[in-house]
Amino acid sequence: MAVLLDKSTRLMVQGITGHQGQFHTKAMLEHGTNVVAGVLPGKGGQEVHGVPVFDSCQEAVDVTDANASIMFVPAPYAKDASIEAVESRVRLLVIVTERIPFHDTLDVVTYARAKGVQIIGPNCPGLCTAGVAKAGIMPNHIFTPGPYGVISRSGTLTYEIVDAMTKAGFGQTTCVGIGGDPIIGTSMVEALELFARDPETKGVVLVGEIGGTAEEEAARFAKTMDKPVWAYVAGQTAPPGKRMGHAGAIIAQGMGTAESKVRAFAEAGVPVAKYPRDIPELIRRG
Amino acid sequence: MKFYEYKAHEIFRKHGIPVPRGVLAASGEDLVDPPLPCVVKAQVLVGGRGKAGGIKFAHTVEEARQAARAILGMRIGPYTVRQVYAQELLDIAQELYLSITIDRSARAPLLMASTRGGVEIESVPPEHIVRVHIPPLVGLQPFVLRNLAKRLGLPREVASQVSDIAKKMYALFRGEDAEVVEINPLAVLKDGRVVAGDAKLVVDDNAEYRHPEYAKLPQDRTPLEEEAHDEGITFIQLDGDIGAIANGAGLTMATLDVLNLKGGRGGTFLDLGGTDDPELVKRAFEILLKANPSAIFLNIFGGITKADTVALGVTEAIEAMGADVPVVARIKGVNEDKAKQILAGAGMHSVGTIEEGAELAVKLRRAA
Repeated sequence: MAVLLDKSTRLMVQGITGHQGQFHTKAMLEHGTNVVAGVLPGKGGQEVHGVPVFDSCQEAVDVTDANASIMFVPAPYAKDASIEAVESRVRLLVIVTERIPFHDTLDVVTYARAKGVQIIGPNCPGLCTAGVAKAGIMPNHIFTPGPYGVISRSGTLTYEIVDAMTKAGFGQTTCVGIGGDPIIGTSMVEALELFARDPETKGVVLVGEIGGTAEEEAARFAKTMDKPVWAYVAGQTAPPGKRMGHAGAIIAQGMGTAESKVRAFAEAGVPVAKYPRDIPELIRRG
Repeated sequence: MKFYEYKAHEIFRKHGIPVPRGVLAASGEDLVDPPLPCVVKAQVLVGGRGKAGGIKFAHTVEEARQAARAILGMRIGPYTVRQVYAQELLDIAQELYLSITIDRSARAPLLMASTRGGVEIESVPPEHIVRVHIPPLVGLQPFVLRNLAKRLGLPREVASQVSDIAKKMYALFRGEDAEVVEINPLAVLKDGRVVAGDAKLVVDDNAEYRHPEYAKLPQDRTPLEEEAHDEGITFIQLDGDIGAIANGAGLTMATLDVLNLKGGRGGTFLDLGGTDDPELVKRAFEILLKANPSAIFLNIFGGITKADTVALGVTEAIEAMGADVPVVARIKGVNEDKAKQILAGAGMHSVGTIEEGAELAVKLRRAA
């Protein structure tokens, strides 16, 4: 089961012929993903790691029945490519691209929601259902199948925490990298709702950071869940007014502080790790 | 991207939003024909200029020049005032508030309006603020503005001007890739005109490529941050003394947090991102060394990033700069062992975890 991504996912890769696209297509295939098509306008008819390349999303979907897409398209072209994917009737679109103007994301996310397409990202490491399929850029070797879900606004920090979980024997159902931008397709609380309904997932790890109110909303929802949730919040020492790398990681007008998030988790009975690698210890305590 | 007030006024004017007349000056003598009476304002990218004495009133040209001379060269926060803006003094009857920002949770632009302008909006009770989300694919429709004017209880002649300004603000918000457009106060003058008494504008950094005309405008960055920005390196100077460098924003933040928990203080936020271009790593390290850190903690969790390439860039930068700063490195990922060898060969310390690395960096840091 897991969430969002499983054996039935037929993945298309937009921007497959670029350096990133080729590299990650290989890694996704190695994780067992059913990568059925690639798309790059003008490169139709080629193959990348045995995957057929098409000129458009529609052709790829018509020929291969792709039902999900992952996008490695530079920011200035991301809006066009996203809407093209939505129009081709995939159910799921993972946008890895970073530095997309958020006004473009606003349009894309609003349109996709109206069309019933689930977007993950942008500016995210994507999805991995451990040992089953990956629509993302996370390193394969850190994952091991197990009963814990992971939701994160970060990339490498997630790898750090998943790696620690795996080494401690706490495997994962699905890891969802929701992305570090202010406007994202799937929020932390929406991802948490998916895990709450997933019978395979026994508990969920949230990796948050400063900026916005996603963690506060997730904390309120966690209170209503009958599964345990654990959290880590990055940026406890970040100064206000400074954008800490992620477009969304900024304390503005007193909003989005780490204290507020840690307090919200504490009030919801969600244990918060002091160090990233303390997460397995928290899971152990239950 | 942030804008000096005069520049924001210019952009507001371009979109047809009424702003007071004003002139920019870099010296007292520059003020030949200021509007009178006027208010002379320091042009800085940080708040609090009024409290710092950066806003003065003048009734004659000589007074305006004196005010300009007093304000120019003043320190406000970390900045020295280089320019003043002498702006027509408005004869205000009522101060309103109008802004458009982005509501992350609702995934929509948020229009906020209040009849209690002229003070910080955070201090206005929520029941006195009208909040309306604007569906991005539909835009700001006239009925929304009609309802807004009614809820604010504005008289008809004011309402029509406020609606027109709100409409133009939304066009500016979308057209200029703005994160924040705020007019506070939106001044209703005694002669009945409605004018933007102040103009705040922040534009999305990620949209810089669509607005090359803004790319070269000064920002509230330190000279080193500016240098890093020009190289496409994410670098922020902080209050502490230990240089932190990592790959990925979340991991860099976490690295700084751990340094703090171990009794140190991070002096830099340097995010290498997903790069394993040795030249870029070298350049990033050179900028970090210029910040003169007491120690450096390098924390790489490489999924794709090649650890040995990063290590090579680091050692080359240290050698090129002739730096003798202690370096603690925690590198995981592709070619990890090779990276450790390279670092050990250059006299650097390799550790296994973030906690160990932070502890060692705090212990080895040089006295200031």
